[in-house]
Amino acid sequence: MSENIANLEEQFNRRIANGETIEPKDWMPEKYRKQLMRLISQHAHSEIIGMLPEGNWITRAPTLRRKLALLAKVQDEAGHGHYLYSSAETLGISREEMYDQLLQGKAKYSSIFNYPTLTWADMGMIGWLVDGAAIINQTTMAKCSYGPYSRALLRICKEENFHKKQGMEIIATLIASGLKGKEMVQESLNRFWWPTLMMFGPHDTNSPNSAEMMKWKIKLKSNDELRQRFIDMTVEQALEWGLTIPDPKLKFNGKIRSWETGEIDWEEFNRVINGNGPCNHERMGARRTAHENGSWVREAARAYEEKQRLRNISAA
Amino acid sequence: MSGEIEHDQGDLWEVFIQEDDNAPHTHAGSIRAADPEMAIQNARDVFARRGKAKSMWVVKSDHIKATTPDDVAPFFDPTADKIYRHVQFYKHTLDDELWKKR
Ligand SMILES: [Fe+2]
Ligand SMILES: [Fe+2]
Repeated sequence: MSENIANLEEQFNRRIANGETIEPKDWMPEKYRKQLMRLISQHAHSEIIGMLPEGNWITRAPTLRRKLALLAKVQDEAGHGHYLYSSAETLGISREEMYDQLLQGKAKYSSIFNYPTLTWADMGMIGWLVDGAAIINQTTMAKCSYGPYSRALLRICKEENFHKKQGMEIIATLIASGLKGKEMVQESLNRFWWPTLMMFGPHDTNSPNSAEMMKWKIKLKSNDELRQRFIDMTVEQALEWGLTIPDPKLKFNGKIRSWETGEIDWEEFNRVINGNGPCNHERMGARRTAHENGSWVREAARAYEEKQRLRNISAA
Repeated sequence: MSGEIEHDQGDLWEVFIQEDDNAPHTHAGSIRAADPEMAIQNARDVFARRGKAKSMWVVKSDHIKATTPDDVAPFFDPTADKIYRHVQFYKHTLDDELWKKR
């Protein structure tokens, strides 16, 4: 029996090495399944919780154009959550189970959404930095070995560029509006810079499952590699806008043509990811309330379906 | 339902979209909904937010019969040795010669 499993695992590894995709009904190691479930459900939760910081500003958007853009973006994030929940479901976990884990506070989601959105500039900052970081992560992961996740990510990537660009438009507009606008952007950058760098996760040296996940192609680039790519891209953009990155140790290394940064505050990262960030309680509370408020809709939808079904039976 | 939290996310449906005239309906993904009407509305909201849809089908996932990886080999195998079903099996040089002479 165990020899059989060793055989299957060898076959599985060979398929992955050949660049084949794994589909839901294919045999896979239990650990591959578990890692993917964790990864995809956390990603799905992040999209759903990620709606809250931006939802906070929909009613206060400064113009109708901005309001339409923000509504569309937040609706996209709901869509991303749906793509991801259904791709996680193909692994044998139900959507109800995943919702339960989230609502009972047992599931993790991206730490960035536990920071407050205090000013309108934060809407620009989220699009530019947070969606920008997500694009780097997601375009890389779209080449992962699990078919349903890879396909969901391809769909997501097509929509993310609009998210980033509308954020950059908000920032450029604020900066162009004069000193006050630029100050507002700078203040927002000061709050969001470090938490965005944390989005890429711990250093490679502190990422125990990395090697196996790389072998299985459910991780394709290391956390530090992706973080560096983001830094190099974003610092240039900030300089172009005349903004200051809130890192006194930041300097350009001409030899490797890359920006070197100071150390991330990992204590803060751990605090936030483990439930004690500035907005963790608020986010979970809002999510729970939304779920409870939707309860009668779900009941009504089920009752309607039953009524229709009975009517069709008696008509037949 | 599990724990104290009520969950009824509806049934699982598969969504197929035709994106252009004369294109086939291709699988876009799945959604949850309680009935067919709700399914097609949810499918539109989730998979067709940016035009690019000419037509859409939804079908309950458990109504789909699919092959499984284990039976794939014997199921598709019989076609492997029928090379006469492929264009490469046929040579036409002689026909061309004949054609030129006419
Ligand atoms: Fe997203
Ligand atoms: Fe986004």
